[in-house]
Amino acid sequence: MALPPYAGAGERAWYYGFRFFCGLVFLFLIAPILIIVPLSFNAEPYFTFTPGMLSLSPDAFSLRWYEDIFRNEQWIQAVQNSVIIGVSATIIATALGTLAALGLSRPFMPFRTVIMGLLISPMIVPIIISAAGMYFFYSNVGLAQTYPGLILAHAALGTPFVVITVTATLVGFDHSLTRASASLGASPPTTFFKVIVPLILPGVISGGLFAFITSFDEVVAVLFLSGPAQTTIPRQMWSGIREQISPTILAVATVLICVSIALLATLELLRRRNERMRGIRAA
Amino acid sequence: MADVTMERPVIQTADGVPLKTKLRVTTRNNRLKAFGLVIPLLAFVLIAFIFPIGSMLLRSVDNSLLPSLLPRTAAALQEWDGQGIPDEATFAIFAEEMVAARKARTIGRVATRVNFERSGMRSTFTKSARRLAKVEAGPWKEALIKIDKKWGEQGTWTTLKVLSEPLTLTHYLAALDLKYDDDLSIVSEAEDRQIYVPLFLRTLWVSLGITVLCLLLGYPIAFLMATLPVRISNLLMILVLLPFWTSLLVRTTSWIVMLQTEGVLNDIMVALGLISDESRVQMIYNMTGTVVAMTHILLPFMVLPLYSVMKTISPSYVRAARSLGATPATAFFRVYFPNTIPGIGAGSLLVFILSIGYYITPALVGGRTGQLISNLIAFHMQKSLNWGLAGALGALLLGGVLALYILYNRIVGVDNMKLG
Amino acid sequence: MTGILPKTSFAVAGAVALSLAAAGAASAADTITVVSWGGAYTKSQVEAYHKPWMAKTGNKINSVDYNGGLAEIKAQVEAGNVTWDAVDLELADVVRGCDEGLLEPIDASILPPSPKGMAAAEDFIEGTLHECGVATILWSTIVAYDDTKFSGKKPTTLADFFDTKTFPGKRGLRKSPKINLEWALMADGVPANKVYETLETDEGRDRAFKKLDSIKDSIVWWEAGAQPPQLLADGEVAITSAYNGRIFNAQVSENKPFVIIWDGQVWDIDLWGIPKGTKNKKAVLEFIKFSTDTQRLADQAKYISYGPARKSSAPLVGKHAETGIDMKPHMPTTPANFETALQNSFEFWADNQDELNERFSAWLAK
Repeated sequence: MALPPYAGAGERAWYYGFRFFCGLVFLFLIAPILIIVPLSFNAEPYFTFTPGMLSLSPDAFSLRWYEDIFRNEQWIQAVQNSVIIGVSATIIATALGTLAALGLSRPFMPFRTVIMGLLISPMIVPIIISAAGMYFFYSNVGLAQTYPGLILAHAALGTPFVVITVTATLVGFDHSLTRASASLGASPPTTFFKVIVPLILPGVISGGLFAFITSFDEVVAVLFLSGPAQTTIPRQMWSGIREQISPTILAVATVLICVSIALLATLELLRRRNERMRGIRAA
Repeated sequence: MADVTMERPVIQTADGVPLKTKLRVTTRNNRLKAFGLVIPLLAFVLIAFIFPIGSMLLRSVDNSLLPSLLPRTAAALQEWDGQGIPDEATFAIFAEEMVAARKARTIGRVATRVNFERSGMRSTFTKSARRLAKVEAGPWKEALIKIDKKWGEQGTWTTLKVLSEPLTLTHYLAALDLKYDDDLSIVSEAEDRQIYVPLFLRTLWVSLGITVLCLLLGYPIAFLMATLPVRISNLLMILVLLPFWTSLLVRTTSWIVMLQTEGVLNDIMVALGLISDESRVQMIYNMTGTVVAMTHILLPFMVLPLYSVMKTISPSYVRAARSLGATPATAFFRVYFPNTIPGIGAGSLLVFILSIGYYITPALVGGRTGQLISNLIAFHMQKSLNWGLAGALGALLLGGVLALYILYNRIVGVDNMKLG
Repeated sequence: MTGILPKTSFAVAGAVALSLAAAGAASAADTITVVSWGGAYTKSQVEAYHKPWMAKTGNKINSVDYNGGLAEIKAQVEAGNVTWDAVDLELADVVRGCDEGLLEPIDASILPPSPKGMAAAEDFIEGTLHECGVATILWSTIVAYDDTKFSGKKPTTLADFFDTKTFPGKRGLRKSPKINLEWALMADGVPANKVYETLETDEGRDRAFKKLDSIKDSIVWWEAGAQPPQLLADGEVAITSAYNGRIFNAQVSENKPFVIIWDGQVWDIDLWGIPKGTKNKKAVLEFIKFSTDTQRLADQAKYISYGPARKSSAPLVGKHAETGIDMKPHMPTTPANFETALQNSFEFWADNQDELNERFSAWLAK
């Protein structure tokens, strides 16, 4: 909202004051994330800017903490585990979630509100309660401290995001398109793959990304369910923060920030594609 | 009227089936098809998620330990009227089972369970079992009281009587800072042992505070983004979405780096001469740390619903109000603000729901004073191993969250949840 | 019509899960999980025990950190899901774990004799072998401070730790009633040999908590043994309780200006225990036999200043592996350091742990 030309002095002060306040809020949002990046190149094992760093002396910077990640077996294993568990959980969550969203979006879905409520519950139930419940159950059936156990747990935690995003994509879905396709002689599978899939794909992918990041960032269920062999990146960071906080964590954090930037960019591209395909112009 | 309808020819479809029947069949088929698509996920969520939580919550009323490890004592105590102390026969059974339990190495489990209800009983149990093994003959009542005078107290036995029932409310009482008195009436815990109710209240207040903070910080920036040209607001949106997509642990780590006594903020304040090097401010490992970090983490959950509501409000409303002579403040509060209330409701409820169950951030940056109810549940799950109490605390927390969730579903609808 | 895509994904997920499970099962047979206290201490065990054992047998050791206590073991045993094979435990926990049926009995006669042929039962210092545990080290909880934080008078006694007026600054303490209650009483004037007697009484406990109350607002609580040196280094605390070996490590290997106050040190032993129901009992017994022989115990003292549990290891203790300094003055058992030492009473803690833990957490939450 630009300042109208008839604005008085008071309004003017208010306008700039308001912008200044908003600037502070944005700083609050972004500064903690950006501050980590330079600190991860600190040559000293401290979490604060050394005088050398402030004067930009090249000796004060180093890649040693990044080298640390690649030399430390535990970190390497954690990365592998995070990827394996994240990808598997995402596949399960996306498959089940997409199917369910297709069902939920049909006009004749019975008990829709109740079912939707149940399906979204993994997102709402406090994680400590979910993790505690899964701990006992998975121990009883022998899945605790196994990969399949963690994958199933993370899949359950990730499904709500898939359901929500795909359902949202289907809200604007024009059912006459399928009828048009059928009336033009397409078989149901053809209709599905040529008409429905391209339209809901952005929703499915962004739901999958959400499910992946949920698993990739999840630590509480891992704390309860993982054995020594299934340590993930967040689990490793957790013990690092609680016990031996070393700048290696900052290096890992910086890498993770890059991952989130990549995810964010992908998501934004998908959103644009989705709007374009459905003929919605950017507002 | 009825007659006329009866005589009207039944409308039939091309293949001769009455249209009504055909429609019914089609509807049913459609319902089945829709339901069939949902079934796999529903079954998965029920089995892998809802059922485990349900069975954990059942632990909060389960009380089968004593009846299964000291079965005859439990049976005898169920008969006992709870007046004075039990008779010699009960003591004899109890002594015999204690000695047997010590041999079988189950006495520790009994002692731990009793100690949850009556502090100090663990040592009484292990000590008595050890010494009883050396006592050869009764009278057992006398022998036990000689070993520890607690066996002569009514309260000890009423506690054991409560623990002899297969189901119990003791965990819920404990979770509400109540307990059974010696005569089995329900009374408050001693003042210095009341921790759960104050913690529940603290959790509620902190969540409320965080919600208000998020609203105060989130509303202006959502407003700014909704009113700026798309090109600029999209750029600003990245500043909201990047934290949203960044790992929780990364963000928590950043706050440690920012706030610790030798951290960035303190360094800056010292460098600017605001504080001296000796009087650095403690901003982390206490409630301040918890509130700051949680506000940062939950802020996007407030901004996104607010923004999506504000974007639908046409700027011409405010312009119309201004042109009709309203001051900027009047135009804002009478015209714009009421239109944003659905967004405020959606954002606030979401932030509130998420914050009352929060665990990770308080555990990492909360120190002693910044802990919330989830942290105590984790403590009883992992450290004290009082799983019954963890279940009871969890059930109370879950009850509260679900009530809010249903409210959210009514007001906002989970379908309308905005995810970035 | 919607079946094709999900079916493929199911198949893929299933295949991934199955192959992972298979991989896990195959590697489990020759890998044991050894649990210890992390940081410099685990490192000393890895150097002295794990590496030579892996080289000798070709088996693998998965090293896991924990913060003491029986909770995880109990949870594993009771949930029927034991994944830890050997755990480095404090004596009170071994006694309790044995009472509660959480630990496997270990027959001391299987342990190797000393090089001079003395039977293990004779060779181990008295009280360091237990039905369910084999001791490795003698260690101490001590007070340490950062020399640069006290420019004038330096703290020298336990009472100074509780004196926030003369010695201002944050204090670090382990988040547990153990040792803190003992210290509170000792700082309040109770002689070392009367400490546990006093703690048996309600008045004694009140007195200890009251003393802790006096510094409660200045305390930073730590849980892992690696934290206190870190807290000192980061300036989060000026003075802290710590395990002596960790401070030694920071002094010697990282050149930190830390000073140990030996006054009122509380010493204890650490033992290997085996959680009941481990799937690798045979391999883990072999590991315990190997790691508690005379040479291995003496080797560990090259990496950290903890005393070996075998008498025959003591003469073999020599110089620090990295810096070559003499280890003897840094050992808790050196007479000059040992004058006012108190032995942690495993009987007291085995019996009273639960109620004091409970009271302690209620006190913390206030």
